[in-house]
Amino acid sequence: MSTTRRSPLLSVWLLLGYTFLYAPIVILIVFSFNESKLVTVWAGFSTKWYGELLQDRQMLMAAWLSLRLALMSATAAAALGVLAGLVMARFGRFRGHNLFAAMITAPLVMPEVITGLSMLLLFVSMEKVIGWPAGRGMLTLWIAHVTFCAAFVAVVITSRLREMDESIEEAAMDLGAPPFKVFTAITLPIIMPAVAAGWLLAFTLSLDDLVISSFVAGPGATTLPMKVFSSVRLGVSPKINALATIVVLFVSMCAAGAGILMFRAEKRRKMEIQAAMRDTS
Amino acid sequence: MVKSKWKKFLPSGRTTVIGIPFIWLLLFLVFPFAIVFKISFAEMAIARPPFTELFAYAEEKLSVMLNVGNYLFLFKDKLYLSAYLSSLKTAAGATFLALLVGYPIAYGIARAHPGIRNLLLLGIVLPSWTSFLLRIYAWIGILKTNGLLNNLLLKLGLIDTPLHMLHTNFAVYVGIVYAYLPFMVLPLYTNLVKLDESYLEAAADLGAKPWKTFIFVTLPLSKGGIIAGSMLVFIPAVGEFVIPALLGGPDTLMIGKVLWDEFFSNRDWPVASAVAIVMLLLLIIPMMWFHKHQTQEMETI
Repeated sequence: MSTTRRSPLLSVWLLLGYTFLYAPIVILIVFSFNESKLVTVWAGFSTKWYGELLQDRQMLMAAWLSLRLALMSATAAAALGVLAGLVMARFGRFRGHNLFAAMITAPLVMPEVITGLSMLLLFVSMEKVIGWPAGRGMLTLWIAHVTFCAAFVAVVITSRLREMDESIEEAAMDLGAPPFKVFTAITLPIIMPAVAAGWLLAFTLSLDDLVISSFVAGPGATTLPMKVFSSVRLGVSPKINALATIVVLFVSMCAAGAGILMFRAEKRRKMEIQAAMRDTS
Repeated sequence: MVKSKWKKFLPSGRTTVIGIPFIWLLLFLVFPFAIVFKISFAEMAIARPPFTELFAYAEEKLSVMLNVGNYLFLFKDKLYLSAYLSSLKTAAGATFLALLVGYPIAYGIARAHPGIRNLLLLGIVLPSWTSFLLRIYAWIGILKTNGLLNNLLLKLGLIDTPLHMLHTNFAVYVGIVYAYLPFMVLPLYTNLVKLDESYLEAAADLGAKPWKTFIFVTLPLSKGGIIAGSMLVFIPAVGEFVIPALLGGPDTLMIGKVLWDEFFSNRDWPVASAVAIVMLLLLIIPMMWFHKHQTQEMETI
């Protein structure tokens, strides 16, 4: 592909595109160190907004709740998503196959207000009829987050399974390994990087969700985005900039960590393949 | 022996693996829509939960009360109709803008050296991993009347008086394009990177100008990516709430925000449900279109 002539205009456009994507984030970070309360006029370097953020108990509690929720949701969504991906990629056609495929793609595009409202009405109706879940809070948040995150994980896993070489699984099966053994010994280790990527995606989606959470969270549970939204509505504050900086730092560290892990796994796999080739030749 | 007798009642491994995600999604994704549909025929009431029951059983008679008033109300009140229309219009316009911005980006990445393609792609995806809400918040500081963009334009001497940009429809467009750009670029890239170079060479050999090759070869071949990317932006943008709530103004009418206010401010759950059902009906065709292309794209990997 690199052999064709590439217009310099394209490179300029790419550069503009990345500027458009990153400039707002850079600006957020820069103004989190601003002395003045005005987030648009530079008045000198200061870290006082971080101090104020750390003293905001409500904000910290919301952050702690969101973090726990995201950990629990991502883990369950990864498990459910792997199962769903397996069904999509390996189980062929079965009764309800089309419905199943539609249920996986719908949450990717469904407007969040619709998902949020429908989940809430489900929980309210269930409580009325069977008395469970009693009230709204962490449990209802968790169910809602697992449901929409699982669809995203399923898409990641499905495409990974589709590009994977099935002959290894077939070989194991021919040698008499039962399906469960094939999955744990062959399939899962190979798709592990995709599972990790799916988990991370679910984690960030859960940590980030405002609309669905606002519907299904009861008065007792306030997630970080809900707290941020209510304070942003009151006006712009450098404290939110400080929070954004911490979030960006956290996400970059996670992304870098995941990147290094995947790079190492890839390298090890290549070395193992080379070693195997040497042994057989 | 007892064990084997029971065994035939237990689901097989295959059924279990299909069953767990199937039942979960059926219960928490499909079934709720049925409930929304049901409650859209209820009436608002001062109760917990704040709506009336549809079914009543008394004196050996089962009576069903279907209140179609919510739907009639949606069509009588101009607010809802214009909110639907302006949501569709805004989402379509923003999707087109995102396509204009995103296509050259996806094309550029697909044409880049294979060694840096993944890095460039990561650069597109990474911002969407940081909070959506905070990235929209960032635009408040940029677009404000005494904000950064106005200050910059004033300093450059391009304008004399600050422009009113925040709390306008313009800001909503900027917000949607900004937030959804990665969702446009990703499917376009996956499509364009698979494009067989020999087609382009053939066109060039036959004397086609580059722009002609682009319009008659590249563009039609990337149709799948264009549809997938556009639907990934258009459908959620129709029901978008955060962007119109933070960047939109008094004349910004988006149905997602109308539904939110109906639910949280007016506490009229039945009308909110009817709003959701009509929105779903409007989006069902784009969704099916997206689903068709999504499955096709995934099966051709």
